[in-house]
Amino acid sequence: MSGRTYVSAKINGEQMDFLCEPRQSLLEVLRDELGMTGSKEGCNNGNCGACNVIMNGVLVNACCVLGVEAQGGTIVTIEGVASGEDLHPLQRTFLDDAALQCGICTPGFIVAAKALLDKEPDADEARIRHWLAGNLCRCTGYDKIVHAVLDAADVMRKTPAKV
Amino acid sequence: MVIENKPKYKVIGTRPVRPDGIDKVTGRAQYGADIHMQGALQGRMKRSPHAHAIIKNIDVSKALALDGVKAVVTAQDLAGPGGDVSTLPDAAQNILASRKVLYRGQAVAAVAAINDHIAQEAVKLIEVEYEVLPHVLDVRESMRPDAPILNETMRTRGPNPGDGATNIVAHTVAAFGDIERGFAECDVIVENEFSTKMVHQGYIEPQAATASWAPDGQLSIWTTTQGSFPAREACAQLLNHPISKIKVTPTEIGGGFGGKISVYLEPVAALLSRKTGKPVAIRMDRIDVFEGTGPTPGTSIKVKLGATKDGKFRAAYADMAYENGAFAGSAAMYATMVITAGYEIEHVKLDGFDVVVNKPRTQDYRAPSAPAAAFAFEQLVDELAEKLKLDPLKLRLMNASKEGSRGPMGMPFKRVGHEECLEAALNSPHYNPPLEGPNRGRGVASGFWFNVGLRSSVNVSVQPDGTVNLNEGNTDIGGTRASLAMQLAETIGVAFEDIKPGVVDTDSVGVNDVTAGSRVTFASGMAVHEAGKNLIKELTTRLAPTWQVPVEEIEFEDGTFKTKDGAKSGTFKEIATQVVGRGVGLTVSGSVNAGFLAGGGFAHAIVDVEVDPETGKVTILRYTAIQDAGTAVHPAYVEGQMQGGAVQGIGWAINEEYYYDESGRMANSSFLDYRLPTSLDVPMIDTIIVEVPNPLHPFGVRGVGEPGIVPPLAAIANAVCHATGVRQTQLPMSPRRILETTLGIG
Repeated sequence: MSGRTYVSAKINGEQMDFLCEPRQSLLEVLRDELGMTGSKEGCNNGNCGACNVIMNGVLVNACCVLGVEAQGGTIVTIEGVASGEDLHPLQRTFLDDAALQCGICTPGFIVAAKALLDKEPDADEARIRHWLAGNLCRCTGYDKIVHAVLDAADVMRKTPAKV
Repeated sequence: MVIENKPKYKVIGTRPVRPDGIDKVTGRAQYGADIHMQGALQGRMKRSPHAHAIIKNIDVSKALALDGVKAVVTAQDLAGPGGDVSTLPDAAQNILASRKVLYRGQAVAAVAAINDHIAQEAVKLIEVEYEVLPHVLDVRESMRPDAPILNETMRTRGPNPGDGATNIVAHTVAAFGDIERGFAECDVIVENEFSTKMVHQGYIEPQAATASWAPDGQLSIWTTTQGSFPAREACAQLLNHPISKIKVTPTEIGGGFGGKISVYLEPVAALLSRKTGKPVAIRMDRIDVFEGTGPTPGTSIKVKLGATKDGKFRAAYADMAYENGAFAGSAAMYATMVITAGYEIEHVKLDGFDVVVNKPRTQDYRAPSAPAAAFAFEQLVDELAEKLKLDPLKLRLMNASKEGSRGPMGMPFKRVGHEECLEAALNSPHYNPPLEGPNRGRGVASGFWFNVGLRSSVNVSVQPDGTVNLNEGNTDIGGTRASLAMQLAETIGVAFEDIKPGVVDTDSVGVNDVTAGSRVTFASGMAVHEAGKNLIKELTTRLAPTWQVPVEEIEFEDGTFKTKDGAKSGTFKEIATQVVGRGVGLTVSGSVNAGFLAGGGFAHAIVDVEVDPETGKVTILRYTAIQDAGTAVHPAYVEGQMQGGAVQGIGWAINEEYYYDESGRMANSSFLDYRLPTSLDVPMIDTIIVEVPNPLHPFGVRGVGEPGIVPPLAAIANAVCHATGVRQTQLPMSPRRILETTLGIG
């Protein structure tokens, strides 16, 4: 196959350089080249949301973005959502509200919900259900996930982000 | 809702955060595809494009010649050098077909290459010559004498084996009383024919396995599985390799619901690793999962139910045909055990037909066989209630199984909570206000499923600081590290945080059967209780010389060791720190065989729907799930099981199906076209936990994973019927189906 392309991007606040084949997806690069396996592959065609990352401020399915498209960009993955030992409010409420069972969809849900609440801190249940319709969960029936996002929104409104 | 005298527990009934939670919200948790071994090769399967064909020849030479390809394996590698591929058992045929392919997607060869892209290219270069045969997809058609035969040697197990080859695997007959007399005594009889489609468990994590075969024959496997011990056993048999040389390490598992019990990739990765001398990882993609794993059967069920005019059920008959997919299974046999289990009916006759068709070999899916059976039976109960002008819940209550009623297989039920669930439903805030508005309807239904027992074994070690490690062998699929640690904390009287649970490999703990059958919190909980008692006994023995009293003088109560005269005392943690902190190590185990079927659980659903008369879309307005948990160890996780089962049932009822084209190809093998319910498709799922303690468990626990998926199919069908006046006999109740039935077209 063709040669590998040099790509440089800011991932979770750190400048990272990597080589990737043009046919490799961003998900493949994250998981197989950079060892960041928090983003999951559930379908590899943009239908399940398990690989959600925030790229240049926009929520994307990493399986539907090419690795080379990351050039010069800024990417937030699940590995970058907590700051050190401080969990993000969404991570906290997902635990406290028992919003995960097997946990495979959880990184995608947390990243997707973060993308929503960063822009719409007052999102209500209807808005949250609409926004998260791109993320599939087969274990929970969504009830506790929606509650966790509502609770995190509440926490975030009361305690403005440090960053 | 607590029904009866529950002991005062300190840890059980609380809602601590699960010990594996942090890893799962930060992306640290390692699932099947996250295992990256140094120098590992990537594997891919070559799959059949035909639903039914004879394999004439497999030519792998072009694939092997591709740069970066390291090995190819076929069924010949399973049979061994010079081995006869035609005699390989079903389990082997299902992972690498030899003589024939019996469904589209069946694996015929596998490749290992330096990366996944090259492996995919190599798969295309494998040339398989097929002789295509006629196929059969419908369960009733497959039962006919003129149907294409899948397996020439198959004869029906049961009363009428017949002379020739057949697709009917088994005919199970269950009969109680005198069915003809029973129906003759009835004032009202209802009957109908129902059918459901093949559906998939829909776990979000595709199967993935990594194998490493060392030169001395030690085989290490990392896999996402519902049973590391059964996977080890299956690999030993399929590879004809000593079980003692195989170690299976279960990774975190991204859902299973019964679909990750069988092995598909593990033995193939092992063969490729043996050939190449390198670790080999194989990961399925979503099409592989839909076409090449084990969905749950489609069914055709004819049912008849009769009652006296006061509403007492007298007689029931069912003829149930279940797809087994390409190889023999026992789905219909299970259906005969569950379809009438919820009710006291004197005269019952049940015919169950297990049937092979040219579809993937079916597997369990959450309360396997029961939802389709309930879809049929619980609609007849609804019809009966209408005919008799009785409240559908009160009619069920009048006939409900209770302690001493004849249970599945004819044995009497121990204490069960069906009546209590129905009473909870009757008194619920959902059921009491009537549903208002046009095109709306409310439906109810009951469901029963077993609690599987089987074997569990755990190891418990005391650390120098008095905390305790709990090592178990069952995959944590939805919070069982927490529910087992809670039961150990309760047994030895320590805080939940002082227990550190871990899931370990098959070399590190005694045998554990599958993570299935709602059995881990139940049966492994019994093993944990046993280990906890052993731990207290051992600590007491070691404490006696320290306290200079006879062992019999030491009592353990409420988390505290003390002498009978009260002169000396200490908490578990204090004593454990003293005895182990400065002494020799302390490890005990607990091992149980909790029997095959160890009691059962009942669930109930109340659902309100609105049916759009123009589009046929069914909207779920409100849903209440009610279930007997025995004792809810971690109530939030019990609610989660109920809610998850409810929403899987909603998907099954109104949306999901394997949609086949005429060539026998699944036409919707993606999450776009096989559409699971999303957050937008469902409301909040209200829950009512009923607690009727299980007499078979030290803390009264019942398995809670499965019963919640049994009632929703029927409850939604009943609700749709009340909204539209049309009974729904076929799943899914898709917009098209609703329009066809309500407008009388199609």
